[in-house]
Amino acid sequence: MEAVFLVIATFCYCAGSVGYCIYLLRDREVIHRVSWAILFVGALFHGGAILLRSLSVGYLAVTSNQEALSFFAWVFVVTYLLIQLRLQLRILGSFVSPLAVVFMLLSRLLPTDIIPKSGVFQSGWVVLHVTTLFLANAVFALAFGVGIMYLLQERQIKHKNFGYFYSRLPSLERLDHINYICLIIGFPLMTAGLVTGFAYASFIWPSPWNWDPKEIFALVTWFIYAILLHERLAVGWRGRRAAWLAIFGFSAVLTTFLGVNLILKGHHTVFVR
Amino acid sequence: MCHIVLLGMNHKTAPVEIREQLALSCQQHVSPLHLLPHLPHVDEVFFLSTCNRVEFLFTCQDRRIAIQEVKALLQTHLGNLSGNLLDLHLYHYENLDAVRHLFRVSSSLDSMVVGEPQILGQIKAAYREATECHTVRVILNRLLHKTFSVAKRVRSETMIGSHAVSISYAAVELARKIFGELRDKRVLLVGAGEMAELAAEHFLAQGVRHMTVTNRTPERAFELARRFRADTMPFEHLVDGIRTMDIILTSTGSLEPILRYHDVKSRMRERRNRPLFFIDIAVPRDVEAKINDIDNVYVYDIDDLQGIIELNREDRKREAEKAEYIISEEIMKFQNWLTTLDVVPTIIAMREKAENIRLNELQRTFSQLPELSDKERQAIEVLTGAIVKKLLHDPIVFLKKKAKRESKQSFVDYTQQLFNLSDGNGMDS
Repeated sequence: MEAVFLVIATFCYCAGSVGYCIYLLRDREVIHRVSWAILFVGALFHGGAILLRSLSVGYLAVTSNQEALSFFAWVFVVTYLLIQLRLQLRILGSFVSPLAVVFMLLSRLLPTDIIPKSGVFQSGWVVLHVTTLFLANAVFALAFGVGIMYLLQERQIKHKNFGYFYSRLPSLERLDHINYICLIIGFPLMTAGLVTGFAYASFIWPSPWNWDPKEIFALVTWFIYAILLHERLAVGWRGRRAAWLAIFGFSAVLTTFLGVNLILKGHHTVFVR
Repeated sequence: MCHIVLLGMNHKTAPVEIREQLALSCQQHVSPLHLLPHLPHVDEVFFLSTCNRVEFLFTCQDRRIAIQEVKALLQTHLGNLSGNLLDLHLYHYENLDAVRHLFRVSSSLDSMVVGEPQILGQIKAAYREATECHTVRVILNRLLHKTFSVAKRVRSETMIGSHAVSISYAAVELARKIFGELRDKRVLLVGAGEMAELAAEHFLAQGVRHMTVTNRTPERAFELARRFRADTMPFEHLVDGIRTMDIILTSTGSLEPILRYHDVKSRMRERRNRPLFFIDIAVPRDVEAKINDIDNVYVYDIDDLQGIIELNREDRKREAEKAEYIISEEIMKFQNWLTTLDVVPTIIAMREKAENIRLNELQRTFSQLPELSDKERQAIEVLTGAIVKKLLHDPIVFLKKKAKRESKQSFVDYTQQLFNLSDGNGMDS
């Protein structure tokens, strides 16, 4: 049942993002609506799958790489769907939905690690830690997409060379503003996620800080966003630099989230020992 | 035979001074519409005056005399202008050409800024005035309503309104791509020439509320500021404007750049890097080109803007062709209606004659048969009415159908002879 749901969700995400690619070429509102609806259906099935999985293991199913990626893809899609309702920036879907597909497919392709059940996961702290961090990451992923849109548009206006995207992309100020909103939503979430992580670590391990690669990278990422936020508020950094930093920041997020999990070994994988 | 004549001048045929003079004197003195009684050979009249055009549309039986009358009227309004000079600036269209011109004007194909949306509103306001003065009747009423629907069709079926078509329009569109909403943005006009004026109009149309004008000679700045309800600031403080302004449009005659790289660079931190957009339509340029290298600052000079317009030229041409096609189609429809108008007096005469006969005969019959009850009288009235109506139905349909033919006049003549109508031309509506 769960597997079927996941297949349907993957299919929906692919279809939705193909829809958004068509929307990029053809400016018809109906294409956007259909794509949004398909993504929505996909998110429903995906959420169902995660729920079933979590019920069967007895805690939030985010412990293996595969589950974590899948859960992140779901949070990301839901975040997009909600933010889209609020922003009404339809073209955003064309830049964001392919990312969701990438995460989803990655989670489907990764080998299923067999992780024995452990009491460590059965804590509200884990749920809080993972949810806040993933939400932060999802918001930063949106900022990443918006940053790319900004750079595309800025380049055209600066170089006075107007291509196809000029008329399709919104104004620079709007994109920059969205970038900012993402930052002020994402940063507190990320901070909360890290704090809960350290707090929980101090319960189950002797020290909250264990020089684990994941911890180090997470802190680096946090600093990148802290700098961005600070410069924005204090100096008024905006525009191109802010867009670049949003892109750079999200690369750091990906490194922390995926790179460390897949390549370096740390106690996030040691958990189970 | 009724003629539709249009006399007018626009930005292409007359310099701004003459247009201004005419428009102004028409506003200050009596509206030309009130002068209809002084134009004995003009039947209906419609008058449109905007900053870019003055148009007189009227119908008449004898166009030669009517045109002379209208020209004489213009002459008195313009005062010192000699007749030759007036003829030089006036264009003159008749019948379907006049209709086409009116359709093109309302669809904004004839505007200085092709596709700009205000003109339709201006025509509607002028029409309202004309209806209040009762100077438009059957033909112009129909024509103007048609004009509104043509303009709407062109707007909805072509993209004529959505392409950047003039330098100032292109500049405003760019500003919208940088800033999005322009409502709360501050615009500084440096120099107060005609281009600055045009741009100011576009910015106002986009809802810009904070405009400031600065000029080397402050009088001109005051004048422009008054017209656009803008502020002024001393020309010497120009560089400080960089701190607070968002859009700076320069059009001075200065030979040296008036804004330099360091002026802007050093003030960007103070404005917290908020985007700054320079529109430099002066030649030689007022803003150093290097300023474009600063982050969040965009400089467009007149060539850059021209480039954008060139880019849209092909699209615009295609859309304009579509619009012209729609207009031709609508002219045909109007023409059809207009031609049936020629047979209308005959049809009315036919109906009147039949009705007269019917009433006379009824009176005779009723006086001979006084014993009829009211109900019976009513029945006889209905009966005779139906007979007359049915008898006339086929001739009327026949005439209307033939009205579209070249030879319609002979059909009208035959009908008049056949029914012995004394004067079918006595059209009086």
